[in-house]
Amino acid sequence: MTMKLPLPPLPSALQPKPKRPGESERVRPVDQAKEAGIATIDWIDERTSLSGALRWTMFRKVPKGTNWFYTLGSATLFAFLSQAVTGVFLAMYYDPSPTRAYESARHITNEVFLGEFVRGMHKWGSTVMVVLIFLHMGRVFFFGAYKYPRELSWITGSVLLILTMTMSFTGYLLPFDQRSYWATIVGVNINGTGPLVGPFLSDFLRGGSEFGATTLSRFYAIHMLLVPGGIIALIGFHLYLVARLGTTAPPWLRASSDTGHLEERV
Amino acid sequence: MADGRKEPQSKYTLDRGMPGAFEGETVTRRRLMNLTAQGAGAVAVAAFALPALGFAAGSAIFERPVVDWQRIGVPDDFPTETYVPRVITETPGIGTVGKTTIYVRRRNDAIDPPPNPPGYDEQIIALSTRCMHLGCPVRYVEASQRFICPCHGGVYNLLGQVDGGPPVRPLDRFYTRIRNGQVEVGPRYSVNSEFRRFPSYRDPAQDLDGIGQYLYPGRFSTPKQ
Repeated sequence: MTMKLPLPPLPSALQPKPKRPGESERVRPVDQAKEAGIATIDWIDERTSLSGALRWTMFRKVPKGTNWFYTLGSATLFAFLSQAVTGVFLAMYYDPSPTRAYESARHITNEVFLGEFVRGMHKWGSTVMVVLIFLHMGRVFFFGAYKYPRELSWITGSVLLILTMTMSFTGYLLPFDQRSYWATIVGVNINGTGPLVGPFLSDFLRGGSEFGATTLSRFYAIHMLLVPGGIIALIGFHLYLVARLGTTAPPWLRASSDTGHLEERV
Repeated sequence: MADGRKEPQSKYTLDRGMPGAFEGETVTRRRLMNLTAQGAGAVAVAAFALPALGFAAGSAIFERPVVDWQRIGVPDDFPTETYVPRVITETPGIGTVGKTTIYVRRRNDAIDPPPNPPGYDEQIIALSTRCMHLGCPVRYVEASQRFICPCHGGVYNLLGQVDGGPPVRPLDRFYTRIRNGQVEVGPRYSVNSEFRRFPSYRDPAQDLDGIGQYLYPGRFSTPKQ
């Protein structure tokens, strides 16, 4: 028998009326909505069987000693999502032509409603993302989480780091002020120092032998289409590996012995 | 030893219990069908991927820019002992971004080395302001008769040779000619530390002495001359 809390002292008009004999339970709209929601999800699940995959991803066993350091990867993912969302909306106002780019960036900052804020989020968010990636990498390194069987997570993570750096480099040109322009000149020339292929890679990046009419739109396409696609795909694979292999216990936890007794030093 | 050998496997997929096997199908036949299907897929992917890649890289790497000669004044505008700045358009159609400053003077046989290789005899020396470290703009400082780069401290002497700092070769130059009494500036070319001319100009930071000239090949888009 379940205990019932006494009803609050409501005026009699608001108190639920007792059921009359023979009257069936009234269907409340809340219940109807709940029923409809369940029916919809069931309809999808019957056709996709996604619930199993979802359960497999979400309800994983987590080792003892899991702590706040384990959230750095999710934090990086969140930073990426923030970059993606703000970036998509910045693209609505930005114009990647050499004569219009600076003006459109200025327009975003000074005239568009919340433009300064969203552009600021994108600008500072990129720094945050790079910082978080390195913290995440440091966590994985110092916890030894790159070891067997998680080598592939480390490798994809390293590629993700390189892609993030590519994003930072290509995004740096887009405001098209003096700093962006010269930083890109210097960056492309550093790239050109690679023996044999370097000069051709530089020409590919610039779209010619000089910083020209298509350099900016090239960087823009790389920044918002090419690299983000790669990053999204690799994040998916990276997360799959996390779900597949699980996370590691922190190194200061000793593995429990075969006898099941936990050894402890006091 | 024949006993130790394994019985050769049947060539029929049915006998081997392969999934989806049907009577009469051989392994070779299945392999042929597999390769055909995968090959068709590869051809389809190549049919869009290769043109797309060529589209992205082709004109960037192979296209020859138009040779454009720009008038910058008459020969008497330019002294022999110091430089006069001029602004030319390096890339047309993109506004201020496509412009660049050059430093110009008349050839001075007392200090200028003979042309190397001979053949192109320039009366007007036009130096690029592109620093040969990483491409920042250098400026000519009259008092010290040096070109100085603001980024990482590259210093060049009056001839454009490296005097200090990280640059790897002398400042680039531009072809010049005198037509109808007017000085005209043409395409850029690079020189190494012995003032040997490289018509296909290299990007900054690409060494042109010794092995450098082979490590950093010229562009396909510039004629060898």
